[in-house]
Amino acid sequence: MYKHGDFMAHSSNTSTFAPWEDPEQKPLIQFKNVTKRFGSFTAIDDLNLDIFEQEFFALLGPSGCGKTTLMRMLAGFESATEGTILLDGQDMAPVPPNKRAVNMMFQSYALFPHLTVADNVAFGLKRSDMPKSEIEGRVDEMLRLVRLEKFATRKPHQISGGQRQRVALARSLAKAPKLLLLDEPLGALDKKLRQDTQFELMDIQEKTGTTFVIVTHDQEEAMTVASRVAVMDEGRLVQVDTPARIYENPNSVYVADFIGDVNIIEGNAANKGDGLVEINWAEGQPAIHGTATNAVQDGTRVTFAIRPEKITITQERVSDKANCIEGKVLDIAYLGNISTYHVELPSGHVIKAQAANNRRLARRSFTWEDTVWLSFTDTAGIVLSDNAGG
Amino acid sequence: MNIRRLFLIFVPYFWLLALFLVPFLIVLKIALSDGALAIPPYVPTLDFSNGWEGIKTFFAGLDMENFIFLTEDELYWRAYLSSLQIAAISTAITLLVGYPIAYGMAKAPDEWRPTLMMLVILPFWTSFLIRVYSWMGILSQEGFLNQFLLWTGIISEPLTILNTNTAVYIGIVYTYLPFMILPIYAAIEKLDESLLEAAEDLGCSRMQAFWLVTIPLSKSGIIAGCFLVFIPALGEFVIPSVLGGSKTLMIGKVLWEEFFSNRDWPVASAVAVILLLILVVPIILFQRNEQKQRESEG
Repeated sequence: MYKHGDFMAHSSNTSTFAPWEDPEQKPLIQFKNVTKRFGSFTAIDDLNLDIFEQEFFALLGPSGCGKTTLMRMLAGFESATEGTILLDGQDMAPVPPNKRAVNMMFQSYALFPHLTVADNVAFGLKRSDMPKSEIEGRVDEMLRLVRLEKFATRKPHQISGGQRQRVALARSLAKAPKLLLLDEPLGALDKKLRQDTQFELMDIQEKTGTTFVIVTHDQEEAMTVASRVAVMDEGRLVQVDTPARIYENPNSVYVADFIGDVNIIEGNAANKGDGLVEINWAEGQPAIHGTATNAVQDGTRVTFAIRPEKITITQERVSDKANCIEGKVLDIAYLGNISTYHVELPSGHVIKAQAANNRRLARRSFTWEDTVWLSFTDTAGIVLSDNAGG
Repeated sequence: MNIRRLFLIFVPYFWLLALFLVPFLIVLKIALSDGALAIPPYVPTLDFSNGWEGIKTFFAGLDMENFIFLTEDELYWRAYLSSLQIAAISTAITLLVGYPIAYGMAKAPDEWRPTLMMLVILPFWTSFLIRVYSWMGILSQEGFLNQFLLWTGIISEPLTILNTNTAVYIGIVYTYLPFMILPIYAAIEKLDESLLEAAEDLGCSRMQAFWLVTIPLSKSGIIAGCFLVFIPALGEFVIPSVLGGSKTLMIGKVLWEEFFSNRDWPVASAVAVILLLILVVPIILFQRNEQKQRESEG
């Protein structure tokens, strides 16, 4: 079974669980040319997507991008205007929400205020054909899973927000659905609790082996929990990939910009062979040396995207990196463990560079208005053609 | 506690004292008096000119005679019980009619709701008495209802509705329907739509979701509506006397007859005091429901 590990290990563990790379694998969910219109508004635009069993799949995008509509179509609360949605190979269109092996955890949790925590968890089981004698055991099991045994007899308004969130999770997992949908499950929690809960969610997903589809607008959350992330914009999927690949190899400026912090530099490309590209981006500035994943035509307009943490900031010029640019420190954002330096180049561009604060603040070797050198290798950034996605 | 807060508390208490407790004590005093051919038609009257002696003779003249009389005469028993029955049945009918209306209003598109609300409240703009009298025109032998039913051929003989208990039920349900609709509407309207989706998601049909989620969560509205109909219906006087027949026995009507036909103020007052005591029970239950509701929301 897929072992999640923590998010830093994501880049290495994709080989252990990657059914999307195996053409033999049958997807659990298939969206086939699905379009959803509300009046003249197109919420989902001719979308194709496969989600596999035991995946923790994240739908990520800004509000109004269609991610919630996509999820509500899986739950059965919305029907597709065109195209088909298959669950386990079966067309879901004629199946009403109460007959689907799909459960949903609502953003508002939607706990029944007139029922106790235990009765909330038992609600779905009582509508199933599970014998009465087994229901109690199943409820206890679920409450143990989310560590709420002590709160079984409380009403939802008598417990905290984090506990309510766990009741909602227990309730939606109680019927052992094939697919669990989570609609912004952690949105109402504060940051610390949210981070703890993310790991708890991954734990529970691993323990139960259920396929999770999570909707979120929080890219950090998607990166942390998901085995694959789908970045959405205006009803279309922009990129579907593992968190590491989304971060390291975004296929468009949109994805690069949406996920994490990024410096975007536009320029004209010149091919240097072996995938190497020179980007002329400003008068009087040295060209940026980068590596293109796709062949780039000479003279085309390209975008160079580079993450702040991949840029080294030094007092002296370095010679061992492919790129080295001079600038002046404009601003320093001190975040404790790291600092982000805003460096103004003579051309007027402001580039963000990040450095770990491995020395005490007082011993930092440069400060505001100092001249510094920014350096990065020719593989640190990505060269994106403007016509690719986005 | 400062003066301002004392004043704020004082105002409602003064209101209660002046408009409820003092009149009640006056009525209670009359109930404990004896009928007499005089103005006012009862003795004793409180006479402060004789000083302490006068007050003493006044209190000596009070007794429970009228209350004992009420228990002895079967008429009053039957009137109370029949009032309870009529009030209870009309409350049930009002609930059955009002709930679907409130539900429909709450589920109507947002832009319709103020209009629908207006339509429910609109009858209050006309005099209650005129509205009840107009029901005579509808329900009588030659009334609109009979004419319509004869015209459609559903009946061949005009129905006798006016001056029966049926007419009283129709009148009470019609009059108090808004009091049932509004609290239920308020309860359903604030019900979170995602709760119904959650119920469906967990395997409920629409109908089951209605019984298991909508009804329990509108319970406080149902209870409030029932009390708001039951309490005034119990002491109702105008509707049974205008629409009801000679056989319609309601305590409000008995009370009116004692006061104005028999001019027996002490007995009428005793009837009123007992009616009030009967009403105290549902009023307390109503208050408790409201309080419980506030607590569960808080």
